[in-house]
Formats: sequence, structure tokens, C-alpha cells
Amino acid sequence: MKFGVVIFPGSNCDYDTFYVLKEVLGQPTVFLWHKDHDLQGVNCVVLPGGFSYGDYLRSGAIARFSPLMQEIVEFAHKGGLVLGICNGFQILLEVGLLEGAMLRNKNLKFLCQHVWVRVENNQTPFTWQAKVGQILKIPIAHFDGNYYAPAETLEKLKTKRQIIFRYCTESGEINEEANVNGSLENIAGISNDAGNVLGLMPHPERASERLLNSTDGLVIFQSILDYWQRQ
Amino acid sequence: MKVRILVNLKNGVLDPQGQTVRHALHVLGYHQVKDVRQGKVFELELEGLDRQSAARLIPEIADRVLANPIIESFSWDFLEEA
Repeated sequence: MKFGVVIFPGSNCDYDTFYVLKEVLGQPTVFLWHKDHDLQGVNCVVLPGGFSYGDYLRSGAIARFSPLMQEIVEFAHKGGLVLGICNGFQILLEVGLLEGAMLRNKNLKFLCQHVWVRVENNQTPFTWQAKVGQILKIPIAHFDGNYYAPAETLEKLKTKRQIIFRYCTESGEINEEANVNGSLENIAGISNDAGNVLGLMPHPERASERLLNSTDGLVIFQSILDYWQRQ
Repeated sequence: MKVRILVNLKNGVLDPQGQTVRHALHVLGYHQVKDVRQGKVFELELEGLDRQSAARLIPEIADRVLANPIIESFSWDFLEEA
């Protein structure tokens, strides 16, 4: 399975993500440059974390207009797998592949810490190998992760089971205390209606090796690989 | 020709920055301040079009780029004639 990691000016988790896909997951992986129009035949596009265009205007607001993003939108509409991590999630919201928007964290702090998220739906290519209710310990690092969506969108996300990850306590409780950034419904990650596009604020690429204190993020990458191999 | 575009969070959308500014004002004794909403200001200098065309172009730019319609609304005005 071939992965592509997109580089925007200001991406800073691109090499970490590339390393996990290539060295830990052991799959052919290429970098994709934001100014190109070529997806190089990849089977899954990963938009990494960082601060594309310095987060100017709004997080992800400038990156969404890059030439490669137009290709990625088309790729996603054809059913291609697209994963957005942190800033990648913000870009997917801005470009409209995912619904909703990000507000500044409720406490106005840049949050850089380990959190726990609960898997709410494992019937997606990204959570295929996880169990519903499984608790993953994965770090976050963001300023704008306070997920917001209008009431009708939120209702649709619930009905169609598009809420994939929610912030929880270490024991898996969904409450206000665990909701570090103030997101509606403790939302940490959502998918599109078709299930082939996922965005999440936590950084699974920073939790894919024992050396880094958690391997809980690896299940996301392994799910993608396993899902693709079964197709 | 110059225009000024104001982008603000919609009513009902949480504004943590505005709340913090309000809190700071209260700490300083300005209890008359009931609420604060923080937004953005853009000043655009335009060329090669008349006011009528500008009046069509600005909402397009604001809606497509400067504001995120899910959380923000905008208003705008001409600043001066060139």
C-alpha cells in the first residue's frame, strides 16, 4: 500500500508521519508537495500536523486553496482514503471534506499533552482494527481544536455515526473534565458521510512506538493498511 | 478604492478570546462592559473596477476566503474614493 504525506509551508509533523508509515508500518511512502497536481498514485493521502501558512487568517484556511488540495478533494470524492491529523483535520474542515469548524481552545492555551480518546465507531477504514469503546492514549498539540458545528450538523454526525473519537478520562468516561479544548460533545475526530475521510486532533504518529510512551496510535495506521489489503 | 471588511463570530458561537477580554476589563473595574466579541478587520485596496462591481466582488471574497461561514459573519463598507 502506498502512502503520501503532504507538505505545506509550515507543516512540521510531516517527517514524523512519513517515518511511522515507512519504517514502523513498513509501507512505501512518498512526500507530496502542495504546489504539485500529482498524487503519485498513492492509496492514502495523509495531511500532517503543523502550522500551514503560519495559521494566518484561520488554521488551514490558506492551505485549502493549494493546487494539491484540489486533487485531494477529487481523490476523496472518488472514495480515496484521506487522513487529516491536527492541522490536517483543520484543512479538511476548511476545504469542506469534513463538516464543522475549529474555534480557539476554550482556555486559550496551546495544549501539548497526552490525552485519552475513546473509539466510538470502528466501522471505518481508520478504526477497523480497534474495538468500540477502546481507549487510546495519544498526545495533542494545538491552539485551535475546539470543535464546533451547527446543531443540525451535529445531529447528522451523531445519526450517521460520523463521530469517531471523543476525549475521555483514562477510564473512558466522557465528561467535561476530559474535554480539554471545549469541543462540542467531546469530539476529537470525525469522518465524512462515506467514511473514507477522517480528521482527528490527536497525533497518532507521536504514539506509534514504545520509545515514545504509547503505541496506541498505531491501530489507526494498521487499520488503514488492513482495510486496504482486504479490498 | 478601499473597503473595510469586518469578520465576527456569529451570535451563539463561543468566543473564548472575547470572554477573556471582558474578564480583564471587569478586573480593571469596567463593569459597564456587558459583553465583548472579538473579530478581525481587513482593509482591501481595489483597482480596475467600479463601486458596483466591487459591491459584487467583496461579499464573494469575504464568504469564500476571509470568513468561515460556519462560524463567522461579515459586514463591509467603502472607506474612501480613489
